[in-house]
Amino acid sequence: MKRALLTAFYVALAALALAFLILPVVAIYAHTSPGKLVDQLSNPVVKDAFVVSVRTSVLAQLLILLVGTPTAYLLATTRFPGHALAVTFVELPLVLPPAVAGIGLLAAFGSTGLLGPTLHFLGVTLPFTQSAVTVAVAYVASPLYVRQAIAAFEATDPNLAAASRTLGAGAARTFFRVVLPLARGGLIAGLALSFARGLGEFGATIMFAGSLQHVTQTLPLAIYAEFAQSFDATLAMSGVLVLISVVLLLTLRIGLTWQRSSSMRSPSLFGLSLSS
Amino acid sequence: MAALVLDEISVPLRSFALELSLEVGSTVALVGPSGAGKTTLLRAVAGLIRPRGGRIASGVETWFDAARGVSLPPDERKVGYVFQDYALFPHMTVRQNVEYPRRHRADEYLERFRIAHLADTRPGTLSGGERQRIALARALARDPDVLLLDEPLSALDPHTKAEVRGELQQLLAGLGLPVLLVTHDFEDAAALADKVGVIVEGTLRQVASPRELVARPADPFVASFTGANLLHGIAETAGGTTRVRLADGTVIASVEPARGDVVVAVYPWDVTVSTERPHDSAMNVIAAPIASITELGSRVRVSIGSVSAEITAESLHRLGLAVGMLAYGSFKATGTRIVANAS
Repeated sequence: MKRALLTAFYVALAALALAFLILPVVAIYAHTSPGKLVDQLSNPVVKDAFVVSVRTSVLAQLLILLVGTPTAYLLATTRFPGHALAVTFVELPLVLPPAVAGIGLLAAFGSTGLLGPTLHFLGVTLPFTQSAVTVAVAYVASPLYVRQAIAAFEATDPNLAAASRTLGAGAARTFFRVVLPLARGGLIAGLALSFARGLGEFGATIMFAGSLQHVTQTLPLAIYAEFAQSFDATLAMSGVLVLISVVLLLTLRIGLTWQRSSSMRSPSLFGLSLSS
Repeated sequence: MAALVLDEISVPLRSFALELSLEVGSTVALVGPSGAGKTTLLRAVAGLIRPRGGRIASGVETWFDAARGVSLPPDERKVGYVFQDYALFPHMTVRQNVEYPRRHRADEYLERFRIAHLADTRPGTLSGGERQRIALARALARDPDVLLLDEPLSALDPHTKAEVRGELQQLLAGLGLPVLLVTHDFEDAAALADKVGVIVEGTLRQVASPRELVARPADPFVASFTGANLLHGIAETAGGTTRVRLADGTVIASVEPARGDVVVAVYPWDVTVSTERPHDSAMNVIAAPIASITELGSRVRVSIGSVSAEITAESLHRLGLAVGMLAYGSFKATGTRIVANAS
């Protein structure tokens, strides 16, 4: 009897926790009708914010992928003096309050900042441009990808890369044919996390890039700006972000499943066609 | 066949350094306990680690020369490396694995190693024997000048091991390549290689044919590694026979002259087991309760006091031996070898 009561108590707590987590998401859709939601998607503020968000996010993630992947591979496969420090620096933006990150970016790349004169000499203006949004998103979101990528590379058997080298493959061929396909699941999971984090970026972006419609106003910034004027518009934008988040969450799950079962992957789905 | 030459290779390890010279003409096996530096040596030959000093050459090609600052990367050394766990690429099919070093079709290797029927499967689900054949096919598809095998039989269960050992023996004999293999099992080494080197803490104690290692072990360690029982005692020579008094008072007779503290080596297959005190030409008898019985396929190790005897499973059942039973282990004076003489 006592045990049944205890079980009921746990179930009730768990149900409460789940309801608490799901309710706000459900409320966004419950508060408006699908028709209104679709209507709002043609609102210029919403449309502009969507375009700015997608464009800067995709650019930022490309940047993270191109620079973060080799960095993660280096940190995962080599040990050098200062290695732990380097990993800490990679993770730094994760613990930095976003507003502080924004101020830091201004202090570094602003016209009176550390690199201000250099950028001016090169004819580059960064703060309050769309590029600034990309930079802010890349800065804040990168640790989520790089950390996951380090873990994915560390999880691949070093003997497989060694075997590839003894079979006559150089470092590049070994990386692209052996290491990358084996780490791919983890990399995709990391990218999904980083994408989700970047899409929701607010603090660093508003400090470093401002909130100018059509230029630097991303979806989260537009939600905040429209909040006082049009609750319907904020709901529509929130609805869009929720949908994207769900897709990213699924991508993350699938990515992690691949990583775990990399030895069982079916050739028809994910295998590289390597036969020449 | 161009030999693999290792000249004063030196690799610092955690508590000792690997330091050895070796010439590999045909098949050489290095045996030694785990942690002796065997895998390290293979990795140094393949170029996966860089020795501190020495020279590695395959025929006229110098792969590594510390003095001249030469160190070819692994992909420029024509070496076939079969890893202990085979290191097959899990995300590729068997065919893709074998064709990886060639970059074109390699049906002849799939046929030769009887893995053609597995060509489109992934290695993850295959048996140890199959995985080993794939690893060998892949290593040889690289057209190596030297073949390196790391514990080629250790990942196999005892049942498949004997069969695979036979196959490997035939393969290595027909390759015409210098083969360097490492193992912790002297029997595997003796079965596969023409020459066996015993390596302990990074140094070679003795390199010789398996037969010679058993007949004339250089030191007690080599003797124990070849499977011998080691009996410590004090020797005295009188009238052509050496008598060695063991700590428990047993006296062992040997035909090899010695004096003082010695170690007597007796091979388990030279020890006869009986349930009654034997009346035969064997001069040495050890009487004690059976401490343990270990089955090794069709052979059985029976340990009686300080010696262990190797007999057939059939004899075990015929004699009705059991742990705790009083038994006699006997061996001839000519079956003993005195391997260390401290005086």
